[in-house]
Amino acid sequence: MKRLSSTFMPSNWLSRAQRWRKELDLQSTNLIEVCMALTVVSQIFPKEMIPAILPLVEEKLNHPKEIIRRKAVLALYKFYLIAPNQVQHIHNKFRKALCDKDPGVMTASLHIYLQMIQENPEGYKDLTGSFVNILKQVVGGKLPIDFNYHSVPAPWLQIHLLRILSFLGKNDLRTSELIYEVLDESLRRAEMNRNITYAILYECVKCIYTIHPKSNLLEKAAKCIGNFVLSPDINLKYLGLKALTYVIQQDPKMALQHQMTIIECLDHPDLIIKRETLELLFRITNAQNVVVIVEKMLEFLQNSPDDYTTIDLVGKVAELAEKYAPDNEWFIETMNTVFSLGGDTMQPDIPNSFLKLLSEGFDSVEEDRKLRLFAVDSYVSLLQGETRKLPQCFLQVISWVLGEYSHLSEDHNRSTVLRLLEKLLDMKQTSSETKCWILMAMTKLCEGTAGVCVAQQVSETYISSMDTVLRQRAQELQHLSQDSELREEVLPRDSGLDPMEIDSSLSFLDEFVSGALAAGAAPYKPPHQRQEELAEAKVLSLEPYGLALPISMSSCSITDRHSPTPLSMSSGLSGDSTDVSHRAGLKLDGVQRVWGRDGYLAKKESVEEAAPVQGLTPVHSPSLQNEGDGSHSQTPTPTPTPEPDREKEQLASSLFFGVSSQSSVCLMGKPDSTFNRRRKAKVQAPGVTEQLSSSVAPVSNAVDNLLCNNLQDSNINSVSAASSKQTCELSPRVPAANGTCNTDCGLPESDRKRSNLSISRDNGLVDADSALSEDQGSRSDLCPSSYLPAELCGLYRSEIAPLCTAHSLELSACHVHQGDDMILIIFISNSSDSQVLQIRLDLKSEQLKVTCVSDSSVENIKSHTVAVYQYSLAVKRPGVDVEVDGTLSFLLPAGTPQTKHFSYKLPLTAFIRPLLISTEEYGTMWLGFSHEVKQNLTLVDDGCEPLTFTLNLLKNRLQLHLVEIIGLEGILACRLLQNQPCLMHCRVHAGALAVWLRSPVPELPDCLVYHCQRVLQEK
Amino acid sequence: MMRFLLLFSRQGKLRLQKWFTPISEREKKKIIRDMTNMVLARQPRSCNFLDWKDLKIIYKRYASLYFCLAIENQENELLALEIIHRYVELLDKYFGNVCELDIIFNFEKAYFILDEFIIGGEVQETSKQIVNRSIEASDMLQEDDSSEWYEVELFG
Repeated sequence: MKRLSSTFMPSNWLSRAQRWRKELDLQSTNLIEVCMALTVVSQIFPKEMIPAILPLVEEKLNHPKEIIRRKAVLALYKFYLIAPNQVQHIHNKFRKALCDKDPGVMTASLHIYLQMIQENPEGYKDLTGSFVNILKQVVGGKLPIDFNYHSVPAPWLQIHLLRILSFLGKNDLRTSELIYEVLDESLRRAEMNRNITYAILYECVKCIYTIHPKSNLLEKAAKCIGNFVLSPDINLKYLGLKALTYVIQQDPKMALQHQMTIIECLDHPDLIIKRETLELLFRITNAQNVVVIVEKMLEFLQNSPDDYTTIDLVGKVAELAEKYAPDNEWFIETMNTVFSLGGDTMQPDIPNSFLKLLSEGFDSVEEDRKLRLFAVDSYVSLLQGETRKLPQCFLQVISWVLGEYSHLSEDHNRSTVLRLLEKLLDMKQTSSETKCWILMAMTKLCEGTAGVCVAQQVSETYISSMDTVLRQRAQELQHLSQDSELREEVLPRDSGLDPMEIDSSLSFLDEFVSGALAAGAAPYKPPHQRQEELAEAKVLSLEPYGLALPISMSSCSITDRHSPTPLSMSSGLSGDSTDVSHRAGLKLDGVQRVWGRDGYLAKKESVEEAAPVQGLTPVHSPSLQNEGDGSHSQTPTPTPTPEPDREKEQLASSLFFGVSSQSSVCLMGKPDSTFNRRRKAKVQAPGVTEQLSSSVAPVSNAVDNLLCNNLQDSNINSVSAASSKQTCELSPRVPAANGTCNTDCGLPESDRKRSNLSISRDNGLVDADSALSEDQGSRSDLCPSSYLPAELCGLYRSEIAPLCTAHSLELSACHVHQGDDMILIIFISNSSDSQVLQIRLDLKSEQLKVTCVSDSSVENIKSHTVAVYQYSLAVKRPGVDVEVDGTLSFLLPAGTPQTKHFSYKLPLTAFIRPLLISTEEYGTMWLGFSHEVKQNLTLVDDGCEPLTFTLNLLKNRLQLHLVEIIGLEGILACRLLQNQPCLMHCRVHAGALAVWLRSPVPELPDCLVYHCQRVLQEK
Repeated sequence: MMRFLLLFSRQGKLRLQKWFTPISEREKKKIIRDMTNMVLARQPRSCNFLDWKDLKIIYKRYASLYFCLAIENQENELLALEIIHRYVELLDKYFGNVCELDIIFNFEKAYFILDEFIIGGEVQETSKQIVNRSIEASDMLQEDDSSEWYEVELFG
């Protein structure tokens, strides 16, 4: 059986599954049979089968034989990887496996823990001590001899533990302190010259540099890396380089120590070593050494073996060029090489952002003009040479630039450029998409009689083309070349800066869609959904019940056309609006902008995608123009010369120039202290980086605000009071969670009073006033809650949690539910006697969109004051918990810059709001949503009405809307802020609650099921 | 986690393949071709690691056979080399001075040993004695009631 499964791919899952099941059902007393069954289960296993097999595997966790327990744990690990939610409920069993008396079972359970801790280190800090203990015992040789590998005790186990510890100790001084001792011990013990001990050493080094730094360990780790790098064994050298690459992000000086070795590796015959060295250099690039490093990278690219490396490296070169380019000529030449080497395989955002950079320009008009002019000149000279080998996407870039900017050039008149473009059109290799770009460029250029003549000729050739887009362009060219006034209007010069408004949700189609739906058309399903449904139809259904409810609902059509919800939903059904919106603001640049508000946008935009055509060869090397540039003039040519040593030294001095000066410790990413203007332009690109404006009022301002608000808007107060009431109703457990802080509980009360009685408003003011003066009186007490912005007081908020401390600064944060917004408030309190300067707070998150709310930015915090920063959060990608990562940078009084990282986590439930809809609306929405999850939950029994009780519990805890309960079924609805619905259908079945969730957002149902499970388990 | 393990000869003939994640047949063929091409083209005295897409390829030659293991990027390369080595040791212990022909003719045993050693892309048992014991036990089982196993094979 097992032999078969490993040799052949099963063709029919169904019969196989039944057989496995039978085999497991047999509860065979033969251990080997059980073993085999478990082995098969942990091989490639379909997700849909897990519920059927899970209880049987779980049972095996208690088997008396350790080998069975171990295999069961590994099978569960596999399940966890495939479908984490399905094994959510057996977390305590994992813990039992961790404490198993057999070390083998414990080792197996570490796989699961590594995975879970990687996802959420905060949740497992309490286990640090146990892991450290285990590692101590392993290192001390306490395990049975069976676990030794070449007389090293359990190396796999050691490495697993080291990895877990590095996740736990990351950015956490207290946990790290627990780890130091055992790390030291491991380093000491692992001093035999075997591959396996080197593997452990490497892992130790990585761990030391990941956790909170400690100087004597860092020294030892640095020595280790030195041994690796200098080792004659090529594998160790490779690993040393890798470790160095990792370490260098935190300590650029390490590169200086090993600079000669790095230079040697750069010329190593093995491409893999060379590639790793370039990776290392990429991390230490700055404005001073960029020319040399980019040159090395391009040199490698010339004979790069595979596409994957080319794509990766080309992207890196482009990034460096944009960030650190010393001058225009170098930049354009480098990008030329990038385009011709990268060819059509490279990522489309490289040409896009390049064109964007050209068209948006920088701060000075004169500089922009020079850059564009240089680009035009260099392209004209390129086109005058051999053009056959240029990749299509480069040709497209060239034709766009020539069309847009060749009027800047004095030397080349338009007819020369036109002729060059015409020559391109005639080439066999030119794809029809490129031809479109060329025709567009010609349309912009055809002026004067000669131009018109060429234009006519060209348009006649292509006006009968089979390609409709090409034909369209030819038509445009013909008409616009004859009518110069019209041309001026359609293609105004230098208009690239006007932002174009795009209705990406295609909402102008909503009316049409809803009309069609009302007339009985089936809702649109995107292709992936149709495929999924097809596939589902074929798969065995493990679901205990069928489509009972939804089918009965499908008969209701949209009855209420006036309410806004179903309309916007129906546009969601069309598959476009929601799909785009939940990937908010990502890559509009890459999308062809064809339709705008005013109709068809027949402008240069058709250009933004690259055509897949082969043929990439270097055209231009960027190594020629260093003469004019004094600081880099000593850059050596990379070709070997008779005096290799001096050569190398020179190379080293140019490579590591400026590395030592970057003393600031930069933990994440590349050191970024030199803020080049090109980088700025890059930052502006949408979706690349969040804007980092941090803003807030110092305490005195906060006080003013508070007073001001109280005086001015009693309106706002009443509104906030109303909403606070509402939120209180929605979440009955709020006061309990909130009870720690007196000020807050007090405030909503006074708010309410004020809004009810006009006279008592004055009282409220006095109250607030006196409270404030008290605050000012006792300044040393920096309780953050008293600095909560006035407009947010009284709203439901989480407890204020400390984030981190850095010297005299203490960071704490909480989140506040403000109507449909989620506000994150960060308090920075300065408890020292001196001022802290140049404070910058950057927040980013993969899952959340973070926007700064307050507008004034605080740079300095006086002594004994608190600064308050407000951010509004919106979910980009839902997860069970969502996390914001932040960096705080500031200047100490002594003038040394400091950075500190922190993260703040909040449950997804904070973003869940009830969705008030009727049963009919529910029915129509249900059919339109593509992503669904089914799961059985426990039914909480209160004696009489278990379903109602359970649903009410869920409703209250998770802020869902209970739409209706019919007999043994119930439906609930909620939305994720801002407006992403999720529907839930529950049914009592065999003493459990079978829930079925649907949503247009892929991850949402999964996460919601998890939270439901949690709520019911807590109960 | 490991992604796949391939064994092929110096001539590029595939001797054993093990996939730890679901991959389509077409993709497998492509990977096998890529791997043999890349690994066989390596110069002597270069390092045992390769980059391939987002994976790390660790390869090692034992006599006429290349062992080629793909791991995820953040994994430890040296440890992967040791995994290969331990597998070779296990084969050696079972077959006694193992050679390519042993794996060709007793491929099911080779798979068997691999399954005992690695499960779902993670190392399960590193002790030579224990792996050997469980393989011997299952060998016994196979001989005991070969009739039932024959039946299973028919259905498969």
